[in-house]
Formats: sequence, C-alpha cells, structure tokens
Amino acid sequence: MDFAIGEDRQMLSDTMSRFLAKNFDWEKRLKVIETDTGFDRDLWNELAELGVLGALFSEDVGGFGGTGFDIGTVFGEVGRAIATGPFLETLMAGRLLAAAGETDALESVIGGEKIVTFAHQPAHDAETGEESDVTASGSGEDWTLTGTKGVVGYIGAADLIVVTADDKAFLVEAGGEGVTVSDYKMVDGGAGGELHLSGTPAKLLAGVTAEDIAAAEAAGIVALSWEGVAIMDQLREQTLEYMRTRKQFGIPIGKFQALQHRMATLALEIEQARSASINAAAYFDKPERDRFSAAAKYTLGHVGNLAAEEAIQIHGGIGMTWELPLSHYAKRMVMLGHVLGDEDEHLSRYIALMQAA
Amino acid sequence: MNLEFTQEEQDFRDEVRAFLKEKLPARLSDKVRQGKRLTKQDMEEWHAILNEKGWLAPHWPEQYGGTNWSVMQKFIFETETAMAHAPRIVPFGLSMLAPVLIKYGSEEQRQHYLPRILDGTDWWCQGYSEPGAGSDLASLKTSAVREGDHYIVNGQKTWTTLGQYADWIFCLVRTDSSGKKQEGISFLLIDMDTPGIEVRPIKLLDGDAEVNEVFFTDVKVPVENLVGEENKGWTYAKFLLTYERTNIAGIGASMAAIERLKHIARTTKKNGVLLADDPLFAQRLARLEIDLENMKTTNLRVLDAAGKGGVPVAESSMLKIRGTEIRQEIGALMRRAAGRYAQPFVSESMEEGYNGTPVGPEWVGPVSSQYFNNRKLSIFGGSNEVQREIITKAILEL
Repeated sequence: MDFAIGEDRQMLSDTMSRFLAKNFDWEKRLKVIETDTGFDRDLWNELAELGVLGALFSEDVGGFGGTGFDIGTVFGEVGRAIATGPFLETLMAGRLLAAAGETDALESVIGGEKIVTFAHQPAHDAETGEESDVTASGSGEDWTLTGTKGVVGYIGAADLIVVTADDKAFLVEAGGEGVTVSDYKMVDGGAGGELHLSGTPAKLLAGVTAEDIAAAEAAGIVALSWEGVAIMDQLREQTLEYMRTRKQFGIPIGKFQALQHRMATLALEIEQARSASINAAAYFDKPERDRFSAAAKYTLGHVGNLAAEEAIQIHGGIGMTWELPLSHYAKRMVMLGHVLGDEDEHLSRYIALMQAA
Repeated sequence: MNLEFTQEEQDFRDEVRAFLKEKLPARLSDKVRQGKRLTKQDMEEWHAILNEKGWLAPHWPEQYGGTNWSVMQKFIFETETAMAHAPRIVPFGLSMLAPVLIKYGSEEQRQHYLPRILDGTDWWCQGYSEPGAGSDLASLKTSAVREGDHYIVNGQKTWTTLGQYADWIFCLVRTDSSGKKQEGISFLLIDMDTPGIEVRPIKLLDGDAEVNEVFFTDVKVPVENLVGEENKGWTYAKFLLTYERTNIAGIGASMAAIERLKHIARTTKKNGVLLADDPLFAQRLARLEIDLENMKTTNLRVLDAAGKGGVPVAESSMLKIRGTEIRQEIGALMRRAAGRYAQPFVSESMEEGYNGTPVGPEWVGPVSSQYFNNRKLSIFGGSNEVQREIITKAILEL
C-alpha cells in the first residue's frame, strides 16, 4: 500500500499548477466566463502543449497516462483553479474515440487542434415532461441520428461531437447537416447547450460497447471526484483564513465554538471525500469499479454541498458576493453534483449494486 | 498510489488468519459474535493465547516484547482479529500504561511492570476521570501529599472500567495546586490492595456494571511508584490519550458488525418485505457502508503518514469521531431491525450456555443493551465535542 502520488504525476501537477496560477488568475477567469464559449481557446492549446490532455490517455492511443490517478492529478489542478474548458468532455469522448481506434481524431484532440464534446445525457421534452433521447438508425457504415441531447458541455465551441445512442457511440461533425445547437452559459462559469439532431449523418464508433460507455462514465466520476475534493480544499482554506481574520464582538470569529465545531465536522467530511476519490481512482480498472464509483459520487455530492453551504454561511454576507472568489468555488462545487448524476441517484445505484451482490 | 496490499502484507494476513483459525477458541468467538457477556476468565484466556504466540503487544518496542510490525501489519492484525470475533484485548495495561512507561518510566519500572502485563499477573485499570473532572480532566482534585518515602493519596476516581478485576491502577493525582491546573499533576501507580481503597460498582443504563467508582482514603503509595517527574503528569496523560485515540476508530469491529447487519437485513422480513429491500433501511445501510469504506481509506492514509513520521493530531480525532459515529449507527440499525423485539430484557440470555426459549429472532437478545452501552463511545476517550476542539485548534491555528 502506498499513498504517494508518484514523481511523474507530481511533476505534471506542479507544471499545471504553475501554468494556471500565472495564466489563469482571478481577473482572467472573470473575463473568460463572460465570453460565449466559456473558456479561452489559446490557453487550452497551451495546456495541450504542456501535455495536460495527453495525461488523460494511455500510451497505446497516443497519450502518456490514462490511469485513475493520472486523471485525478489533472482534475485536481482543474479544481484548484476552477479552470473552465472541456476537460471532462475531452476525457469521456476521448476514451470512446480511443476504444474505437479513432487515433487520428484523438490525436487532434490531444494536440488541441480540435475541440471535442460528449453528448451523452437525454434532454427534457417540454411537450411530454419526460426525458427524450437521441435514437440511431442505419447499419454498417451508414447511420443517421435523430433526437436531442441535454446540457452538452462546451457544445458551442466543439468541432467534434461524440454522441451516444442505443448503447452505441457515434461521431458527428459540428456544423454538419441536421445539427442544430442552442447554447447557453452555465451557472458555474462554463458553457453548454442543447444538441438537436435531425436525420444527421453520423459515423459509428465501431467496437464501442455499453461497457466502454460505462467505463467512460466511471472515468468522468474519478475526474469529478478529484476536481471536487480540490475545490473543497479551497473552500476550507479560504474559510479558515476568514475565521482567523474576521472580527465580530471584538474577537476573531474563529474563537466561537459554534463555528469551530461546524468547521471540524466539515474538515472531517472532506477527508472522507478525499478517501472516496482515492478509492474511485484505485478501483477504476478493477472489478469493484462501479461500487466505488457510486460511493464516490454519492460522497462528493453529499460533502460538496455541505462544503459549499458551510463556507458561505461562515463567511456571512460577503460569502454571497460575486466579488469573492469563494462564491464561485461554491457554485462550481454544487454544480458538480449535477453532472453525471447526483448524490441520491448514486446512492440508489449503490443500493442496487448491493442488492444484486 | 496503490491501495492493494503488497505480497508481504498478503502473506502476513494469511498468517494471521491461519493463526486465528487454529487458536481462537470457537467458544469465545461465538460469545463475541452473539454479544454475550465476557467474563474475566474469557478475556484472560485470549490474552494468554496471544502472549504465547508473541502477538500480544505489537505496538511495544521489540526489546520489551513487541513484534516490530509495520503500521500496516498492525492494521491488518487488528482488523483480522476483529473480523474473526476475537475478544477485545483489555487495553489499560498493554496499550495505555505500557507506552507511558516505555517513554517516560524508569528502567526499573519497565523491567518490573512490563513482563507482568504480558503474562497477565497484573490487571490494570485507569484512574483518570473524577466526578468534577471529565472532559475538563485537568481539573482533577485527587491529592497526593509527599510524607517521607510515601505519597498519601486522598480523593475519588470514577468511570473506572473493569476496575472490579484490577490489581493495579494508574492514577493522575494533584501534587501541586499553586499554579496552572495542568502543571500540578503527577502520574502514580497504585496497588489496589493498599488499605484505604474502596471500589464501588456503577450500574449503567444497560443493567451491567462494567465501570466503578474508586475511593482513596489516606492511601500510602511508595514514592518509587511515581512515573517520570513530579508535576509532569499532564504531559504523560496527553501522550496516553493520543495513543488511545488512534486505535479508537474500531474499523475491524465495524466491518464485522456491518457484515452481521447485512446478513440480518437479508434474512429478516418486516411487513412482508426483507429489510434489505426496504428503501429507508437500505438507504441508511448504504450510507453507513460507504462511510465505513471511506473511513477505512482515511485510516490507512493516517497510518501511512504516521509510518513516515507524521504526527496526525487532527486526523486521529477525526477517526475517533467518525469511527464512533459509525459504530453507534450500526447499533441503531440493529435496534431498528429488531423492531418490537428490541423491548424484551432477558438478561440471562446474554450469559454463555443460556438454554431458555429465545424471544424473537435469535440475535435480538443483546441489541438494545448494546445500543445503550454504545452511547459511551462518543463520550469516552475525550468526548466527540472535545475532539472537535482538538481538530479546530490544529487546523485553525488561532
């Protein structure tokens, strides 16, 4: 047993951390999140040059990482800087491109020349009130897709779209025939949109199975868990600093026992979330993957909401302001719970896995 | 990062399992699993078996009888013995006093007391809490006044666990009241047979009497029974409490208990539905299991850091809080699983060899008693509120 992150990953983490601190400071972030695409394409290319995207994939498909802990390392830094950009989409769509042997497309993504997104989850149908998804029809090399995907990350900037339908995956060119996008900004600063497909020609990602899609989801959950724990650490540190310096009734508010106990509980829960994220990464390529993945996403949601809410509460009024970075961390933290299923969905999934065992 | 045991650690685990299979008497593991009362002889029997194997004091230095195990080996040993339903090792001599003697005692004291702890000659109990000094332990008043070659001890200790069996008690006593309350405390070893000592049992809410009050009236204690320096006892006491807390998470015990709880949930029906399929019960069980799985990794991280020389002050308090919360929640779910049969109180059914007709499911007998007894977990060893103070002090640095 060994809890050291390893030299190579430490180097990657340091490089990324230095780069983001220098090039993605707070002023820069405030500007970037006002743009339509929600991220800075030049920065994205520089991150790609640094090898940040290559770390998400294994050597045999053109990367140099791809394990749970490699993914965790990258997303820990994404979280620390609350960087915006299609990191998660690149990870998940990229894994399916890799599974299908689409190495050219993947290479262009890893190199930063092309932006890929992942259209996976169904959309809300206003007429029926139900979820409606994309369906595929065709055979061999001849397929079309019809339907809508909801809240697709960074769809406005995407060159390539990996779309799931009927337990298969397809590659669609953005701006192609039958592709309509209605994009919007996200609460936490990024961008997304609804993807409407209507008889859209699509390339079948041959060989991609339901298991590959499940593995991509598990990879996404590892990523979100590490991103989330890094955000929790920021929330904790910023809140502790505030407790040391903010005075009320003539003394630092950190002297008040009611706040001390809440902070102690939060610190404990964050360590539990860190353990859950380590478990998710460690079991990512093992038979117990789904159980630890569900446990991690449940824990992330549960502790993440607590961290965001407590951080704002302990800050008081100032915690409510746009001006304070903390509020942006809190928003990103809570929104992570809305990506790839919330804590209740994953608790249900965990129970179902236990009952099936 | 790698969460798997190394080959050496796996071999060690197999060795522990083989030992438990061969040497842990089924009579004892049955009693533990069924939550029956352990007698003094039961506890001494298991103590002697471990001592014979040389595995009784893994955390001691090798020269005094330790095993020279890594932190991971100690963790494996603790979880495996708990999972096998081995009786708990009475910690007062082995895990509390001994580390203090090894760090702060004289060589004479180590040579005299340590072998007697190992071979079971001396049963130790802990003289810390007093009626007016619980969480605020430094307020203790039991006094020791030097008169020639002796201290004369007067006062009262309380919550003395298993004091009714003890041959010796290690006590915090006040030797100076002039300065700060922490600075006038000494650490004294007292023979329970000394005239002037009286032990009175305290009956607890579960009907049992595992704790006692101990009264001291003009008790003469030889000065060589002082550990370390006079008035430095608070340092030793804090050291002991840190030691106590790192082992207090009880991961192995919780793992064993949750397996039993899951078995019960899969075999017990309420209103025609298995408890495992009851959405509310299943949800509490799942939360509990996830929390325990997370805590297991938290505990391993703390051990890993400690093995590399770290001093995990805040972390050991976190383990104490969450470890005890988990154990209490397991007890609460057992009680919930028992339904109306949590009510009957058939005290004799908790004795070995009870032959009466069982009331309700065979496992319900001790469930409520254990639930109420487990309230102690968040109170002793520094209450969970005191642990939160320790955490904030460590991370807030205010």
